[in-house]
Amino acid sequence: MFKRFVEWMDARIPMTKTWNIHLAQYPAPKNFNFWYVFGVLAMLVLVNQILTGVWLTMNYVPSSEGAFASVEYIMRDIEYGWLLRYMHSTGASAFFVVVYLHMFRGMMYGSYQKPRELLWIFGMLIFLVLMAEAFMGYLLPWGQMSYWGAQVIISLFGAIPFVGDDLTLWIRGDYVISGATLNRFFALHVIALPLVLVILVFLHIIALHEVGSNNPDGIEVKKKKGTVDDAEKPKFKFHERFTKKYDIVDAIPFYPYYIVKDLVAIGIFLFAFCYVIFFNPEMGGFFLEPPNFEPANPLKTPEHIAPVWYFTPFYAILRAVPDKLFGVILMFAAIVMLALLPWLDRCKVRSVRFRSALHKVNLTVFAISFIVLGYLGTQPATPTATRIAQIFTLLYFGFFILLWFYSKREKTKPLPERLTS
Amino acid sequence: MSNAPVDKGRRRFLTVATSVVGGAGAVGVAVPFIASWNPSLRAKNAGAPVEVTGLSKLEDGGIIRVEWRGQPVWVVRRSPEMLEALPEHDDRLRDPKSEEPQQPEYATNEYRSIKKEIFVAVGICTHLGCSPQYLPEEMGDHVNGVQAGFFCPCHGSTYDIAGRVFEGVPAPLNLVVPPHYYVDDNTILVGEDKGQA
Repeated sequence: MFKRFVEWMDARIPMTKTWNIHLAQYPAPKNFNFWYVFGVLAMLVLVNQILTGVWLTMNYVPSSEGAFASVEYIMRDIEYGWLLRYMHSTGASAFFVVVYLHMFRGMMYGSYQKPRELLWIFGMLIFLVLMAEAFMGYLLPWGQMSYWGAQVIISLFGAIPFVGDDLTLWIRGDYVISGATLNRFFALHVIALPLVLVILVFLHIIALHEVGSNNPDGIEVKKKKGTVDDAEKPKFKFHERFTKKYDIVDAIPFYPYYIVKDLVAIGIFLFAFCYVIFFNPEMGGFFLEPPNFEPANPLKTPEHIAPVWYFTPFYAILRAVPDKLFGVILMFAAIVMLALLPWLDRCKVRSVRFRSALHKVNLTVFAISFIVLGYLGTQPATPTATRIAQIFTLLYFGFFILLWFYSKREKTKPLPERLTS
Repeated sequence: MSNAPVDKGRRRFLTVATSVVGGAGAVGVAVPFIASWNPSLRAKNAGAPVEVTGLSKLEDGGIIRVEWRGQPVWVVRRSPEMLEALPEHDDRLRDPKSEEPQQPEYATNEYRSIKKEIFVAVGICTHLGCSPQYLPEEMGDHVNGVQAGFFCPCHGSTYDIAGRVFEGVPAPLNLVVPPHYYVDDNTILVGEDKGQA
């Protein structure tokens, strides 16, 4: 019965074929470590955001008069409304946790290098859309931080010479942040950007499966056709799409092996996720900021405003520069530099395991700079804090500049023929 | 079916012509989508002027906050000491002479106001649009030797008590002085120049 159903389907749509190419007969390097779970976790969080988001939309009122009260209504009067909202608000932060770790994994193991440049670019586009999505979502509760956060971020575009002021007016649809801004952000947050996000995730995965997964050793599991003895080949059946041109070594099918491994990761992740939802949904003011429990007041900026934690590294860079336009340029440059990594890194060796000590130090300094900037972005702008932020902004950009110089003639360790573990 | 040879020139012309017409159509269709984001008629008409009264009861150092076009507008009565201190830090300002057009002509003077003790300004930082705090006494915490001024908590921009921005902060320009005039000694109308109806 089931077999006949599958046959009926396969004659009309490539169901089994797609399953095999992308899961059951997809060759994944056998040495994935724990850094390789964050892609799957990001997908899980995306599903969580879409599902809880749709449910929140059912009771949320997108208007400057009704928004704040409707969120209170969801929290207090809707059955399990509080849970749906906390799943969504915690999901937003969790999304950035896993995406940042996912990106750092790519940086460590050189997953952006040829031939995975486009894969990396799709990833960066996902990151950009995700930031826009999070920013617009944060306006919707219409609290003090929503309002003034949006005021600051939209004003960033005002720094662009000549068209800046008209552009901010156009984005807001009013002379100040108002109901018009709220409504369009709502439309973009619940329809436009999620659509774009899902399409980009699809392209990201298609691009990944075209070039194949990288791995912690940064060497290919695809060998030239006819160079590997049959005895050396794994005892698995991979789809002929992969075996036609290459001999595959040291790989295992994604399903069931990595699915099972990912299920373990999902289990651990959900423990942490549920801890936040049930015991610490505000996460000490990092996930939901205290001023946002007050309705938006256009006449009064909160004493201390800071974006949610996932924007703070870039916010600290913006604040570190005592010039409006240059500050904005540098902030966006911090993201553009990441997107340019495939071309800034001129080394042929991918994984940090086989790269020079200088690169290891450089990458470590970069990671530390990102964290320190992130911390500074949450703190008030005292002169000392600004000075420290300037130093770490230099180190952040220094990573990319140094990389470009030393990567051309880097002293790397010899690469193994086959995966090491 | 005709067996005439393929006329490549004609095929090319038709392809280009179709693309151009289609492209023009796409641009035309984009217009309403983009234009609908502009402020609506209702938003444009909401900018009515606002009357501020009770100036005579305002003490030295006192402030009245009103909303005009959804933005905070401040009316501050400056004490003689505040006014005296104004020229002392001219060399630490970006635009001490108010050369940038951040104020109407009648407020382009050393006090940036019509009457020197009454200062009217839009309370929006010229950096990224937060509303600065009014510090009549404690400004010295942020700028050495300056007692009164405005401090933006978002990114640390500082202004003196005439809304002039200090150097070395992210804000590029002085605070905006909105169009306003005195209806009588006790009342200001914010949002309109004198004689304008």
